Amino acid sequence: MSSMLEIRWHGRGGQGAKTASLLLADAAFDSGKFVQGFPEYGPERMGAPITAYNRISDERSPLHSNIYEPDYVVVVDVTLLDAVSVTSGLKKEGAIIINTNKSPEELKPKLEGYTGRVYTIDASSIAEEVLGNRSLSNTSMLGAVVAVSKCIPEGKFMEDVKTSLNHKFATKPQVIEKNMTAIERGMKEVKSA
Amino acid sequence: MAKSIRERLSGNEAVATALKQINPDVIGAYPITPSTEVVHYFAQYVADGQVDTEFVAVESEHSAMSVCIGAAAAGARTGTVTSACGLALMWELLYVASGHRLPMTLNVINRALSGPININNDHSDSMGARDSGWIQLYSENNQEAYDNNFMALRIAEHKDVLLPAMVCQDGFITSHAIENIELLEDADIRKFIGEYKPERHLIDGKPLSVGPYDTVQFYFEHQYQRAQAMIKSKAVVKQIFKEFGDLTGRKYDLIEEYKMEDAERAIVVLNSSAGTAKVVCDQLRAKGEKVGVLKIRLFRPFPAEEIAKALSHVKAVAVMDKADSFSAVGGPVFADVRSACYELANRPLMVNYIYGLGGRDVPVENFFKVYEDLNEVIKNGKTGNIYRHVGVRGV
Amino acid sequence: MIYVKDANNNYNWDEVSPGGNITEGGTSLQINTGDWRIYIPKFFESECIQCMLCFPVCADSAIPVNKDGKREDFDFKHCKGCGVCYKVCPKIDKAITWEQEDK
Repeated sequence: MSSMLEIRWHGRGGQGAKTASLLLADAAFDSGKFVQGFPEYGPERMGAPITAYNRISDERSPLHSNIYEPDYVVVVDVTLLDAVSVTSGLKKEGAIIINTNKSPEELKPKLEGYTGRVYTIDASSIAEEVLGNRSLSNTSMLGAVVAVSKCIPEGKFMEDVKTSLNHKFATKPQVIEKNMTAIERGMKEVKSA
Repeated sequence: MAKSIRERLSGNEAVATALKQINPDVIGAYPITPSTEVVHYFAQYVADGQVDTEFVAVESEHSAMSVCIGAAAAGARTGTVTSACGLALMWELLYVASGHRLPMTLNVINRALSGPININNDHSDSMGARDSGWIQLYSENNQEAYDNNFMALRIAEHKDVLLPAMVCQDGFITSHAIENIELLEDADIRKFIGEYKPERHLIDGKPLSVGPYDTVQFYFEHQYQRAQAMIKSKAVVKQIFKEFGDLTGRKYDLIEEYKMEDAERAIVVLNSSAGTAKVVCDQLRAKGEKVGVLKIRLFRPFPAEEIAKALSHVKAVAVMDKADSFSAVGGPVFADVRSACYELANRPLMVNYIYGLGGRDVPVENFFKVYEDLNEVIKNGKTGNIYRHVGVRGV
Repeated sequence: MIYVKDANNNYNWDEVSPGGNITEGGTSLQINTGDWRIYIPKFFESECIQCMLCFPVCADSAIPVNKDGKREDFDFKHCKGCGVCYKVCPKIDKAITWEQEDK
């Protein structure tokens, strides 16, 4: 299991953190991996903090618990830094990826002394520019996660995610290219301290 | 060996896919979290003409099970899906289905029973229904939930059995988790499940009454018959597991013995947490500790002999229950496992843990603690308190 | 196969039908429920005006109606003697009487 990658997503209900985790699972699956993608369920409602998880590995993982010591943490909504202990258990050789227009240096004080890598990506602005809606940040976040974690080779990922989107948006083909652009920009524009 | 199709599906998607491939004659269903998705998906298959099923959207689970009973009596291949309070509302009909010896499959997406109200996973729903005369199969993951559906149907319809069968899996934990899965091709499934040809049914053109009043003079004999069917079903389950293994390469048995050969400490567990227990077992084995996991796949009929044999050389056993029976002395799995070991010459020391109620996450730490506690039990040479809890605050 | 007419308490568990299914039709015809009677109705054809009020109220279908649309004497194998027919009979000089059965 040493090759297993564990990712924890923090978002708010309605922001698509669960969808992003499932998209990542899809893409990793398409690249030949064993995957798990699952949200932590509760009485969900718009705006409430939610958590979703991914396990990506070369062998099937029989683990069926939440993830407490993730390799990567993804924060879809920066306001969660004040509400949830997002770095809890995060491995210091891992990284945290935050959706914000601020720089990693500006956010570090809010990360409870986390000493690992900190990445930021202005996914909401990308979403606004490309998709016309700030709240559709999950696809550019997905791009950023793949770029940082290298859990899937980038070229392969672009191919596979296109297949997934074609499938998911079969009835809305006009949004596929836009989402691909959002993913690409997420991969390119994510920056570290 | 049948061709395998690599896919990724949630547990609910896996069940819906299995049902689509079975293409039952009749489904009567009412949605309830966390099984709702299965009903959604299946209704879509019906609307899209992907199945020939008569889908009856009913007004309650009581009616859903009633539809299945009527359909089964009329010779249909039938079944439904439910969770928690939905299963509770089916209660009286569960006994009617098995008492009238009507084969069908019921996917139970395990969820806690209220109250206080809770929508998350534990086994209080299906464990409560364990004595209703249904076959019960438990599934560690989406793959087992998928596979169990085909086998459950064959077991239920077997002429030596003629009992309805439940396929259980953990709500949310596996029902809503995307994982890899190997699917079978429709043609292989058609061949494996064959055609359902009941000896008699209500619309076969000859007179038949199903469900007559069973007087004092006959009721006891019928219950003895049902009990005999349950006894006989164990051999049928084994045979059908073997056939499925020959077809797919996925070998299943009534119980799964994981690193049990020389185990001194063992955890008995069913459904999704069996996987987590195996991970802990591996980590302790890597340190040279003699630990094992015994996963129960078939809970009704209860494989008492197999379990006793698997535990006969073990020093201390922890039986995990994701439902409390409120007997004040332990949960339902514990009562049965402990009873199964009564005849053993060297009975292992045995304790019970209630765990993971109402969706409380079951992390590896729970199992590390339980294995550690078993060390203590062995050292003391006695169990102490047998009715224990893990993961609850303040205990 | 056990037929309803032969049903008795001597059959063992492996002889009774699974689930108690009954594999014949119209089996109540074979059961003599007439011997449950305490009271018995009597039919006087000469008094009967064939008003057809009695046969629909009979809970045991024990008042046969022939092909000419006329009621005939009671089917005493199935009449339980409830007296409903006697109650509805409109004749002042009753065409149906109802009294304790002399067994």
